[in-house]
Amino acid sequence: MSAPVSRFEAPTEVEAAVALLAEEEGARVLSGGTDLLVQMRLGAGAPPLFVDVKRIPRLTAVRLDSNGLRIGAAVPAAEIYENDEIRSLWPGLAEATDLIGSTQIQGRATWSGNLCNASPAADAVPALIACGATAVVAGPKGERRVAVEDFTTGPGKTVLERGELVIEFEVPAPAVHASDAYLRLIPRTEMDIAVVGAGVALTLDAAGTVESARVVLGAVAPTAIRVPDAEAALVGSPLGDESLSAAAAASTAAANPIDDKRGTVAYRKKIAGVLTTRAAKVAYERAQAR
Amino acid sequence: MAKIRVETTINGEETEFLCNGQESLLEVLRDGLGMTGTKEGCTTGDCGACSVVVDGRLVPSCLVLAAETGGRTVDTIEGVADGQTLTPVQQQFLEHGALQCGICTPGFIVAAEKLLEKNPNPTEAEARYFLAGNLCRCTGYDKIIKAVLDAAAVMREGRA
Repeated sequence: MSAPVSRFEAPTEVEAAVALLAEEEGARVLSGGTDLLVQMRLGAGAPPLFVDVKRIPRLTAVRLDSNGLRIGAAVPAAEIYENDEIRSLWPGLAEATDLIGSTQIQGRATWSGNLCNASPAADAVPALIACGATAVVAGPKGERRVAVEDFTTGPGKTVLERGELVIEFEVPAPAVHASDAYLRLIPRTEMDIAVVGAGVALTLDAAGTVESARVVLGAVAPTAIRVPDAEAALVGSPLGDESLSAAAAASTAAANPIDDKRGTVAYRKKIAGVLTTRAAKVAYERAQAR
Repeated sequence: MAKIRVETTINGEETEFLCNGQESLLEVLRDGLGMTGTKEGCTTGDCGACSVVVDGRLVPSCLVLAAETGGRTVDTIEGVADGQTLTPVQQQFLEHGALQCGICTPGFIVAAEKLLEKNPNPTEAEARYFLAGNLCRCTGYDKIIKAVLDAAAVMREGRA
Protein backbone atom coordinates (compact mmCIF):
# COMPACT_ATOMS: atom_id res chain seq x y z
CA MET A 1 0.00 0.00 0.00
CA SER A 2 1.37 3.41 -0.88
CA ALA A 3 1.49 6.26 1.63
CA PRO A 4 -1.62 8.42 1.78
CA VAL A 5 -1.42 11.45 -0.46
CA SER A 6 -2.10 14.94 0.82
CA ARG A 7 -4.36 17.43 -0.91
CA PHE A 8 -2.83 20.82 -1.60
CA GLU A 9 -4.84 24.01 -1.94
CA ALA A 10 -3.62 27.59 -2.33
CA PRO A 11 -6.66 29.83 -1.90
CA THR A 12 -6.49 33.51 -2.77
CA GLU A 13 -9.04 34.71 -0.21
CA VAL A 14 -9.22 34.43 3.56
CA GLU A 15 -12.78 33.06 3.44
CA ALA A 16 -11.71 30.21 1.18
CA ALA A 17 -8.83 29.31 3.51
CA VAL A 18 -11.21 29.28 6.48
CA ALA A 19 -13.68 27.05 4.61
CA LEU A 20 -10.93 24.57 3.71
CA LEU A 21 -9.59 24.46 7.27
CA ALA A 22 -13.10 24.03 8.66
CA GLU A 23 -14.18 21.26 6.30
CA GLU A 24 -11.14 18.96 6.51
CA GLU A 25 -10.22 17.61 9.93
CA GLY A 26 -6.47 17.74 10.39
CA ALA A 27 -5.96 20.28 7.60
CA ARG A 28 -2.88 22.41 8.27
CA VAL A 29 -1.98 25.96 7.36
CA LEU A 30 1.25 26.11 5.35
CA SER A 31 3.09 29.41 5.46
CA GLY A 32 6.84 28.83 5.86
CA GLY A 33 6.64 25.13 6.67
CA THR A 34 9.74 25.31 8.87
CA ASP A 35 7.92 23.63 11.75
CA LEU A 36 5.09 21.83 9.92
CA LEU A 37 7.22 20.08 7.31
CA VAL A 38 9.95 19.27 9.82
CA GLN A 39 7.40 17.63 12.13
CA MET A 40 6.09 15.71 9.13
CA ARG A 41 9.60 14.43 8.30
CA LEU A 42 10.23 13.52 11.91
CA GLY A 43 7.29 11.14 11.93
CA ALA A 44 4.14 13.17 12.51
CA GLY A 45 2.92 12.12 9.05
CA ALA A 46 1.55 14.30 6.27
CA PRO A 47 -1.72 16.10 6.97
CA PRO A 48 -4.70 15.26 4.73
CA LEU A 49 -4.70 18.81 3.39
CA PHE A 50 -2.15 21.62 3.13
CA VAL A 51 -3.63 25.09 2.88
CA ASP A 52 -0.89 27.32 1.44
CA VAL A 53 -1.86 30.82 2.54
CA LYS A 54 0.83 32.73 0.66
CA ARG A 55 -1.46 33.50 -2.32
CA ILE A 56 -3.80 35.52 -0.12
CA PRO A 57 -2.84 39.18 -0.65
CA ARG A 58 -3.73 40.22 2.89
CA LEU A 59 -1.38 37.60 4.30
CA THR A 60 1.67 38.91 2.46
CA ALA A 61 0.97 42.66 2.75
CA VAL A 62 3.08 45.05 4.84
CA ARG A 63 1.48 48.36 5.79
CA LEU A 64 3.12 50.96 8.00
CA ASP A 65 1.42 54.21 9.00
CA SER A 66 1.15 56.52 12.00
CA ASN A 67 -0.86 53.88 13.89
CA GLY A 68 1.88 51.33 13.53
CA LEU A 69 2.45 48.14 11.59
CA ARG A 70 -0.14 45.86 10.04
CA ILE A 71 1.62 42.89 8.53
CA GLY A 72 0.38 39.71 6.86
CA ALA A 73 0.85 36.48 8.78
CA ALA A 74 2.74 34.82 5.92
CA VAL A 75 5.48 37.47 5.55
CA PRO A 76 8.82 35.69 6.03
CA ALA A 77 11.32 36.67 8.74
CA ALA A 78 13.89 37.94 6.23
CA GLU A 79 11.43 40.39 4.70
CA ILE A 80 10.61 41.68 8.19
CA TYR A 81 14.15 42.34 9.39
CA GLU A 82 15.29 43.68 6.02
CA ASN A 83 12.63 46.41 6.33
CA ASP A 84 14.48 49.57 7.49
CA GLU A 85 11.36 51.19 8.93
CA ILE A 86 10.51 48.12 10.99
CA ARG A 87 14.12 47.90 12.21
CA SER A 88 14.09 51.50 13.25
CA LEU A 89 10.68 51.53 14.98
CA TRP A 90 10.90 48.10 16.68
CA PRO A 91 14.60 47.15 16.78
CA GLY A 92 14.05 44.47 19.41
CA LEU A 93 11.32 42.83 17.41
CA ALA A 94 13.56 42.88 14.33
CA GLU A 95 16.44 41.40 16.36
CA ALA A 96 14.29 38.57 17.65
CA THR A 97 13.12 37.85 14.12
CA ASP A 98 16.71 37.87 12.86
CA LEU A 99 17.67 35.27 15.50
CA ILE A 100 15.31 32.59 14.23
CA GLY A 101 17.22 29.86 12.38
CA SER A 102 19.50 30.25 9.39
CA THR A 103 19.30 32.62 6.41
CA GLN A 104 17.49 29.84 4.53
CA ILE A 105 14.99 29.30 7.33
CA GLN A 106 14.43 33.05 7.57
CA GLY A 107 13.41 33.03 3.91
CA ARG A 108 10.44 30.89 4.91
CA ALA A 109 9.68 31.19 8.64
CA THR A 110 6.93 33.53 9.79
CA TRP A 111 5.75 35.20 13.01
CA SER A 112 2.46 33.34 12.73
CA GLY A 113 4.24 30.00 12.53
CA ASN A 114 6.46 30.92 15.47
CA LEU A 115 3.33 31.84 17.47
CA CYS A 116 1.10 28.94 16.39
CA ASN A 117 3.82 26.30 16.87
CA ALA A 118 3.60 27.49 20.48
CA SER A 119 7.09 26.51 21.58
CA PRO A 120 7.86 28.09 24.98
CA ALA A 121 11.23 29.11 23.49
CA ALA A 122 9.88 30.92 20.40
CA ASP A 123 12.07 34.01 19.89
CA ALA A 124 9.57 36.29 18.14
CA VAL A 125 6.85 35.82 20.74
CA PRO A 126 8.36 37.64 23.78
CA ALA A 127 9.38 40.48 21.46
CA LEU A 128 5.87 40.71 19.98
CA ILE A 129 4.33 40.73 23.45
CA ALA A 130 6.78 43.42 24.62
CA CYS A 131 5.66 45.59 21.69
CA GLY A 132 1.99 45.05 22.52
CA ALA A 133 1.25 43.15 19.31
CA THR A 134 -2.15 41.72 18.47
CA ALA A 135 -2.89 38.72 16.25
CA VAL A 136 -5.86 39.04 13.90
CA VAL A 137 -7.58 35.67 13.64
CA ALA A 138 -10.05 34.69 10.91
CA GLY A 139 -12.45 31.81 11.32
CA PRO A 140 -15.93 30.51 10.51
CA LYS A 141 -17.48 33.13 12.81
CA GLY A 142 -15.55 36.04 11.26
CA GLU A 143 -12.51 37.87 12.55
CA ARG A 144 -11.35 38.39 16.09
CA ARG A 145 -8.33 40.08 17.61
CA VAL A 146 -6.24 38.30 20.22
CA ALA A 147 -3.38 39.94 22.12
CA VAL A 148 -0.25 37.88 21.43
CA GLU A 149 0.24 37.53 25.20
CA ASP A 150 -3.13 35.72 25.43
CA PHE A 151 -2.64 33.54 22.35
CA THR A 152 -0.55 30.62 23.62
CA THR A 153 -2.10 28.47 26.35
CA GLY A 154 0.69 25.91 26.82
CA PRO A 155 3.44 24.12 24.93
CA GLY A 156 1.97 23.40 21.48
CA LYS A 157 -1.41 24.84 22.49
CA THR A 158 -3.13 28.03 21.35
CA VAL A 159 -6.54 29.68 21.45
CA LEU A 160 -7.15 28.81 17.77
CA GLU A 161 -10.29 26.77 17.11
CA ARG A 162 -11.03 24.57 14.14
CA GLY A 163 -11.21 26.58 10.95
CA GLU A 164 -9.28 29.50 12.42
CA LEU A 165 -5.95 30.91 11.29
CA VAL A 166 -3.84 33.97 12.07
CA ILE A 167 -4.07 36.37 9.15
CA GLU A 168 -2.30 39.50 10.35
CA PHE A 169 -0.38 41.09 13.17
CA GLU A 170 -0.90 44.62 14.42
CA VAL A 171 1.97 46.31 16.23
CA PRO A 172 1.11 49.73 17.68
CA ALA A 173 3.49 52.58 16.83
CA PRO A 174 5.91 53.33 19.66
CA ALA A 175 5.60 56.66 21.48
CA VAL A 176 8.13 59.44 20.86
CA HIS A 177 10.65 58.28 23.47
CA ALA A 178 10.05 54.55 23.35
CA SER A 179 11.94 51.52 22.13
CA ASP A 180 12.47 47.84 22.68
CA ALA A 181 15.12 45.13 22.85
CA TYR A 182 15.25 41.36 22.78
CA LEU A 183 18.12 39.23 24.05
CA ARG A 184 18.44 35.50 24.30
CA LEU A 185 21.02 33.17 25.75
CA ILE A 186 22.16 30.16 23.73
CA PRO A 187 25.27 28.05 24.35
CA ARG A 188 26.68 28.84 20.88
CA THR A 189 26.80 31.98 18.77
CA GLU A 190 24.12 31.19 16.19
CA MET A 191 21.39 28.73 15.22
CA ASP A 192 20.13 27.39 18.52
CA ILE A 193 17.05 27.34 20.73
CA ALA A 194 16.78 29.91 23.52
CA VAL A 195 17.79 28.82 27.01
CA VAL A 196 16.21 32.08 28.15
CA GLY A 197 14.83 34.98 26.10
CA ALA A 198 13.92 38.44 27.38
CA GLY A 199 12.00 41.17 25.57
CA VAL A 200 11.71 44.63 27.09
CA ALA A 201 9.85 47.68 25.75
CA LEU A 202 10.13 51.03 27.52
CA THR A 203 8.41 54.39 27.10
CA LEU A 204 10.17 57.41 28.64
CA ASP A 205 9.11 60.97 29.32
CA ALA A 206 11.18 63.87 27.99
CA ALA A 207 13.33 63.85 31.16
CA GLY A 208 14.17 60.17 30.82
CA THR A 209 11.87 58.78 33.52
CA VAL A 210 10.38 55.42 32.58
CA GLU A 211 6.65 55.97 32.08
CA SER A 212 5.70 52.46 31.10
CA ALA A 213 7.47 49.15 30.71
CA ARG A 214 6.73 45.71 29.37
CA VAL A 215 9.01 42.87 30.41
CA VAL A 216 8.49 39.46 28.81
CA LEU A 217 10.42 36.23 29.34
CA GLY A 218 10.64 33.25 26.98
CA ALA A 219 11.75 29.65 27.56
CA VAL A 220 11.27 29.80 31.33
CA ALA A 221 7.59 28.78 31.57
CA PRO A 222 5.02 26.80 29.54
CA THR A 223 4.38 29.99 27.54
CA ALA A 224 6.12 33.34 27.21
CA ILE A 225 5.23 35.35 30.33
CA ARG A 226 4.97 39.00 31.23
CA VAL A 227 6.58 39.98 34.52
CA PRO A 228 4.36 42.67 36.10
CA ASP A 229 6.65 43.05 39.14
CA ALA A 230 9.65 43.75 36.90
CA GLU A 231 7.60 46.24 34.90
CA ALA A 232 6.51 48.00 38.11
CA ALA A 233 10.12 48.12 39.31
CA LEU A 234 11.26 49.92 36.16
CA VAL A 235 8.46 52.50 36.07
CA GLY A 236 8.71 55.87 37.82
CA SER A 237 12.43 56.60 37.72
CA PRO A 238 15.21 56.88 35.18
CA LEU A 239 16.85 53.51 34.72
CA GLY A 240 19.29 52.97 37.62
CA ASP A 241 20.99 50.26 39.62
CA GLU A 242 18.14 50.09 42.11
CA SER A 243 15.31 49.67 39.63
CA LEU A 244 17.37 47.30 37.47
CA SER A 245 18.23 45.00 40.33
CA ALA A 246 14.61 44.99 41.51
CA ALA A 247 13.47 44.10 37.97
CA ALA A 248 16.08 41.35 37.75
CA ALA A 249 14.94 39.89 41.07
CA ALA A 250 11.32 39.99 39.88
CA SER A 251 12.21 38.14 36.66
CA THR A 252 14.20 35.54 38.56
CA ALA A 253 11.25 35.01 40.88
CA ALA A 254 8.72 34.84 38.04
CA ALA A 255 10.68 32.35 35.94
CA ASN A 256 9.31 28.83 36.30
CA PRO A 257 11.53 26.84 33.95
CA ILE A 258 12.22 23.17 33.41
CA ASP A 259 15.55 21.40 33.85
CA ASP A 260 16.86 20.06 30.56
CA LYS A 261 20.05 19.66 28.58
CA ARG A 262 20.06 23.37 27.74
CA GLY A 263 20.03 24.58 31.32
CA THR A 264 19.05 23.88 34.90
CA VAL A 265 16.21 25.58 36.73
CA ALA A 266 18.59 27.61 38.90
CA TYR A 267 20.65 28.74 35.89
CA ARG A 268 17.63 29.73 33.85
CA LYS A 269 16.15 31.71 36.75
CA LYS A 270 19.42 33.57 37.26
CA ILE A 271 19.78 34.29 33.54
CA ALA A 272 16.17 35.53 33.35
CA GLY A 273 17.20 38.31 35.72
CA VAL A 274 20.46 39.04 33.91
CA LEU A 275 18.81 39.30 30.50
CA THR A 276 16.01 41.46 31.89
CA THR A 277 18.63 43.94 33.10
CA ARG A 278 20.61 43.92 29.87
CA ALA A 279 17.56 44.18 27.61
CA ALA A 280 16.17 47.02 29.72
CA LYS A 281 19.45 48.94 29.35
CA VAL A 282 19.47 48.50 25.59
CA ALA A 283 15.80 49.50 25.26
CA TYR A 284 16.44 52.54 27.47
CA GLU A 285 19.40 53.75 25.41
CA ARG A 286 17.44 53.31 22.22
CA ALA A 287 14.42 55.14 23.63
CA GLN A 288 16.65 58.05 24.67
CA ALA A 289 18.25 58.19 21.25
CA ARG A 290 14.94 58.44 19.38
CA MET B 1 -5.74 11.13 -5.95
CA ALA B 2 -4.76 12.83 -9.16
CA LYS B 3 -1.36 14.40 -9.22
CA ILE B 4 -1.02 18.16 -9.13
CA ARG B 5 0.15 19.84 -12.31
CA VAL B 6 2.58 22.68 -11.64
CA GLU B 7 3.94 25.24 -14.09
CA THR B 8 6.95 27.12 -12.85
CA THR B 9 10.10 28.79 -14.09
CA ILE B 10 13.32 27.00 -13.20
CA ASN B 11 16.61 28.73 -14.06
CA GLY B 12 14.74 30.92 -16.52
CA GLU B 13 13.04 28.09 -18.35
CA GLU B 14 9.34 27.43 -18.17
CA THR B 15 8.93 23.99 -16.68
CA GLU B 16 5.97 21.76 -16.02
CA PHE B 17 5.81 18.81 -13.66
CA LEU B 18 3.39 16.59 -11.76
CA CYS B 19 3.65 16.05 -8.01
CA ASN B 20 1.83 14.83 -4.94
CA GLY B 21 0.67 17.32 -2.32
CA GLN B 22 3.32 16.44 0.23
CA GLU B 23 6.28 16.18 -2.17
CA SER B 24 9.05 18.69 -1.54
CA LEU B 25 10.60 20.89 -4.17
CA LEU B 26 13.85 19.04 -3.47
CA GLU B 27 12.27 15.68 -4.32
CA VAL B 28 10.79 16.98 -7.55
CA LEU B 29 14.03 18.69 -8.60
CA ARG B 30 16.13 15.58 -8.03
CA ASP B 31 13.80 12.66 -8.70
CA GLY B 32 11.22 14.20 -11.02
CA LEU B 33 13.30 16.59 -13.10
CA GLY B 34 16.70 14.90 -12.82
CA MET B 35 18.32 18.07 -11.54
CA THR B 36 20.62 16.39 -9.06
CA GLY B 37 22.90 19.37 -8.48
CA THR B 38 20.79 20.31 -5.47
CA LYS B 39 21.76 17.90 -2.69
CA GLU B 40 19.70 16.19 -0.05
CA GLY B 41 21.21 16.32 3.42
CA CYS B 42 19.00 16.37 6.49
CA THR B 43 15.54 17.06 4.94
CA THR B 44 14.70 19.10 8.03
CA GLY B 45 16.09 22.50 7.08
CA ASP B 46 19.22 22.24 9.21
CA CYS B 47 22.08 21.63 6.78
CA GLY B 48 21.65 23.96 3.79
CA ALA B 49 22.70 21.35 1.20
CA CYS B 50 19.38 21.78 -0.64
CA SER B 51 19.51 25.60 -0.81
CA VAL B 52 17.72 27.14 -3.78
CA VAL B 53 16.28 30.58 -4.50
CA VAL B 54 12.50 30.93 -4.86
CA ASP B 55 11.18 34.32 -6.00
CA GLY B 56 14.51 35.85 -5.02
CA ARG B 57 14.64 34.37 -1.50
CA LEU B 58 17.22 31.83 -0.36
CA VAL B 59 15.27 28.85 1.01
CA PRO B 60 15.81 25.18 1.91
CA SER B 61 14.10 23.24 -0.89
CA CYS B 62 13.37 20.35 1.50
CA LEU B 63 10.97 22.65 3.36
CA VAL B 64 9.20 23.95 0.26
CA LEU B 65 6.37 21.90 -1.18
CA ALA B 66 6.73 21.47 -4.93
CA ALA B 67 3.08 22.41 -5.38
CA GLU B 68 3.79 25.83 -3.85
CA THR B 69 6.04 26.86 -6.71
CA GLY B 70 3.35 27.27 -9.38
CA GLY B 71 3.93 30.57 -11.19
CA ARG B 72 7.01 31.32 -9.13
CA THR B 73 10.65 31.40 -10.17
CA VAL B 74 13.08 28.80 -8.89
CA ASP B 75 16.84 29.18 -9.27
CA THR B 76 19.13 26.23 -8.57
CA ILE B 77 22.85 25.47 -8.73
CA GLU B 78 22.41 24.35 -12.35
CA GLY B 79 21.61 27.96 -13.28
CA VAL B 80 24.57 29.59 -11.56
CA ALA B 81 27.32 29.15 -14.17
CA ASP B 82 26.93 30.77 -17.58
CA GLY B 83 27.40 27.70 -19.75
CA GLN B 84 31.03 26.64 -19.26
CA THR B 85 31.93 29.96 -17.66
CA LEU B 86 32.14 29.75 -13.89
CA THR B 87 31.14 32.63 -11.65
CA PRO B 88 33.79 34.19 -9.39
CA VAL B 89 32.32 32.28 -6.44
CA GLN B 90 32.65 28.97 -8.25
CA GLN B 91 36.13 29.85 -9.50
CA GLN B 92 37.32 30.80 -6.02
CA PHE B 93 35.97 27.55 -4.57
CA LEU B 94 38.27 25.78 -7.04
CA GLU B 95 41.25 28.08 -6.38
CA HIS B 96 40.96 27.62 -2.62
CA GLY B 97 40.11 23.93 -2.71
CA ALA B 98 37.05 24.86 -0.68
CA LEU B 99 35.51 21.42 -0.93
CA GLN B 100 36.38 17.85 -0.24
CA CYS B 101 33.43 15.48 -0.59
CA GLY B 102 31.41 18.18 -2.35
CA ILE B 103 27.95 17.41 -1.00
CA CYS B 104 27.62 20.79 0.70
CA THR B 105 29.15 22.74 -2.20
CA PRO B 106 26.06 23.45 -4.35
CA GLY B 107 24.22 24.78 -1.31
CA PHE B 108 27.20 26.92 -0.31
CA ILE B 109 27.54 28.32 -3.84
CA VAL B 110 23.83 29.17 -4.12
CA ALA B 111 23.89 30.81 -0.67
CA ALA B 112 27.18 32.65 -1.30
CA GLU B 113 25.89 34.06 -4.60
CA LYS B 114 22.87 35.43 -2.70
CA LEU B 115 25.11 36.87 0.03
CA LEU B 116 27.27 38.75 -2.50
CA GLU B 117 24.21 39.98 -4.37
CA LYS B 118 22.90 41.53 -1.14
CA ASN B 119 26.27 42.58 0.28
CA PRO B 120 29.14 42.92 -2.21
CA ASN B 121 31.66 43.60 0.54
CA PRO B 122 30.90 41.37 3.52
CA THR B 123 33.18 41.15 6.52
CA GLU B 124 34.34 37.70 7.51
CA ALA B 125 31.85 37.73 10.40
CA GLU B 126 29.00 38.73 8.09
CA ALA B 127 29.88 35.94 5.68
CA ARG B 128 30.08 33.39 8.49
CA TYR B 129 26.71 34.44 9.92
CA PHE B 130 24.99 34.48 6.53
CA LEU B 131 26.33 31.02 5.74
CA ALA B 132 25.75 29.58 9.22
CA GLY B 133 22.90 27.47 7.86
CA ASN B 134 25.22 25.65 5.45
CA LEU B 135 27.02 22.79 7.13
CA CYS B 136 30.30 21.28 5.90
CA ARG B 137 31.81 18.23 7.60
CA CYS B 138 35.09 18.22 5.65
CA THR B 139 36.76 21.58 5.27
CA GLY B 140 36.46 23.26 8.64
CA TYR B 141 34.90 26.23 6.78
CA ASP B 142 38.04 28.38 6.55
CA LYS B 143 38.67 27.67 2.89
CA ILE B 144 35.02 28.25 2.09
CA ILE B 145 34.95 31.61 3.82
CA LYS B 146 38.22 32.65 2.15
CA ALA B 147 36.81 31.63 -1.23
CA VAL B 148 33.66 33.68 -0.67
CA LEU B 149 35.58 36.76 0.49
CA ASP B 150 38.00 36.51 -2.43
CA ALA B 151 35.11 36.08 -4.83
CA ALA B 152 33.62 39.25 -3.39
CA ALA B 153 36.92 41.06 -4.04
CA VAL B 154 37.10 39.74 -7.61
CA MET B 155 33.54 40.83 -8.27
CA ARG B 156 34.12 44.30 -6.83
CA GLU B 157 37.25 44.76 -8.95
CA GLY B 158 35.37 43.50 -11.98
CA ARG B 159 32.77 46.18 -11.50
CA ALA B 160 35.29 48.99 -10.94
